[in-house]
Amino acid sequence: MSIEFRGVRKAFPDGTVAVEDFSLVIPSRTTTVLLGSSGCGKTTLLRMVNRMVDPSAGTVLIDDEDVAAVDPVALRRRIGYVMQNSGLLPHRRVADNIATVPRLNGVAKDAARERALQLMDTVGLDRSLADRYPAQLSGGQQQRVGVARALAAEPNILLMDEPFGAVDPIVRAELQQELIRLRRELEKTVVFVTHDVDEAFLLGDQVVLLQRGGRIAQAGTPAEILANPASDFVADFVGAGRGRRSLRVEEIDGVLVVVDADGRPAGVLADEARTAPGSATRGNRAQ
Amino acid sequence: MNWVAENAGLILALAVQHLRLSLLPIVLGFAIALPLGYLAHRYRPTRGVLLTALGLLYTIPSLALFVALPVVTGISVLSEANVVTALTIYAVAIQARSVADALDSVDPDVRQAATALGYSGWRRFWAVEFPLAGPVMLAGLRVVAVSTIALVTVGILVGVKSLGYLFTNGFQRRILEEVLSGVVMTMLLALLVDLVLALLGRAVMPWTRIGTPAPRRAAP
Ligand SMILES: Nc1ncnc2c1ncn2[C@@H]1O[C@H](COP(=O)(O)OP(=O)(O)O)[C@@H](O)[C@H]1O
Ligand SMILES: [Mg+2]
Repeated sequence: MSIEFRGVRKAFPDGTVAVEDFSLVIPSRTTTVLLGSSGCGKTTLLRMVNRMVDPSAGTVLIDDEDVAAVDPVALRRRIGYVMQNSGLLPHRRVADNIATVPRLNGVAKDAARERALQLMDTVGLDRSLADRYPAQLSGGQQQRVGVARALAAEPNILLMDEPFGAVDPIVRAELQQELIRLRRELEKTVVFVTHDVDEAFLLGDQVVLLQRGGRIAQAGTPAEILANPASDFVADFVGAGRGRRSLRVEEIDGVLVVVDADGRPAGVLADEARTAPGSATRGNRAQ
Repeated sequence: MNWVAENAGLILALAVQHLRLSLLPIVLGFAIALPLGYLAHRYRPTRGVLLTALGLLYTIPSLALFVALPVVTGISVLSEANVVTALTIYAVAIQARSVADALDSVDPDVRQAATALGYSGWRRFWAVEFPLAGPVMLAGLRVVAVSTIALVTVGILVGVKSLGYLFTNGFQRRILEEVLSGVVMTMLLALLVDLVLALLGRAVMPWTRIGTPAPRRAAP
């Protein structure tokens, strides 16, 4: 399902203008990452899709239908939502958490549990964890449960708000790979929010870099943004990720080694790259 | 101890009567405090006014309330209903604040997540907010229970019999054992009800019983 933001604005009752004037088309079955530092309006934009936030002006459309015309409760039950601190219901066991939406939709208890167990397989959780409470899981396991729960109603749209922000880097990398696998298998429209450039470039078919007020600094594929940053802000933001993005080649003991801006080795230059003159020494993007 | 042995029947009958008089205000108080506490939690501006007004009610001396209440309700000063009404007012005064605090204590992230899942407001309250507010509400309920059981004794001053009878009667007749047995039995009753509530809480809120989070495993 495609999602479209059309001239969307959000002013909160206290006067904060979280989003000024935002327009974007999110094609069906792609992953779009909203990237930006804290407070730039990412969460607000995401929540406009499932009507947890209603825009002050403009419209949000899902498959050309204005969401304002859809009952919010029904809408939310067919959109998956994953948040940073998993948002699991602490008083429900893992399987019951995952089965929440099917149960709300009236699926019988046994069928919903069976579905929950299948989903645990899907997201790589051992079934033996089904009867634990969320507090008895590690952070990474909790996020997997959060993803499984979001998938339970077989939504076409998956909204993910910094879902891997609170887990350690190793677990985060695993979860990212898992998401890439799931996305291939499930073909959903994913809107993913993060402030992490690496994560955005890893996961996004389309990356939308935001500035305060939900202003789009640049939207495009990761390669487009890297190759052709639209402004100094963009160049800074995507290059700021540990200086890893400006790479150069150094010869060490007769081997060509690719090093980052701080001189840390990032890898060895492949043989094919050497024979393509010019392309090697320029690296990804000359700063 | 002779006196106690000879009057075991009376003591037991009074204890049962005492329990009966206590339970109604505890239950009624909770039922009334729930919507009031919800209002105070949900609508910020009402919180200060509502909870302060209820808090003030608690400062009215119990004997004064027993005597003044019939003026408003038309119930006889000497009736059980009068005492039950007065004790219900005290219960509400304590429990409403506890309910408001309990609902405030629910993690906003969990609330948001429940909304995002597609709970309607009413259903979200009963399925998510109410149970998660349980531990704090229960703490309030236990205070109410103990305080109500203590206050029931004052009813004897307007002629409503409970274990308080043993205080006044024992005092008039200078029987120390009788006074003491009244005090001890009231305390035992309070402890018993408190224990039952605590056990009930553990039974209906099993997730509060899990110990420290499981140690982090290597695989996430
Ligand atoms: N309910 C709210 N009421 C008032 N201001 C809000 C509310 N939610 C968010 N904001 C403000 O709107 C801006 C954008 O918030 P948010 O969308 O959460 O940003 P992000 O997710 O990018 O960190 C911030 O300045 C934030 O303080
Ligand atoms: Mg956010």
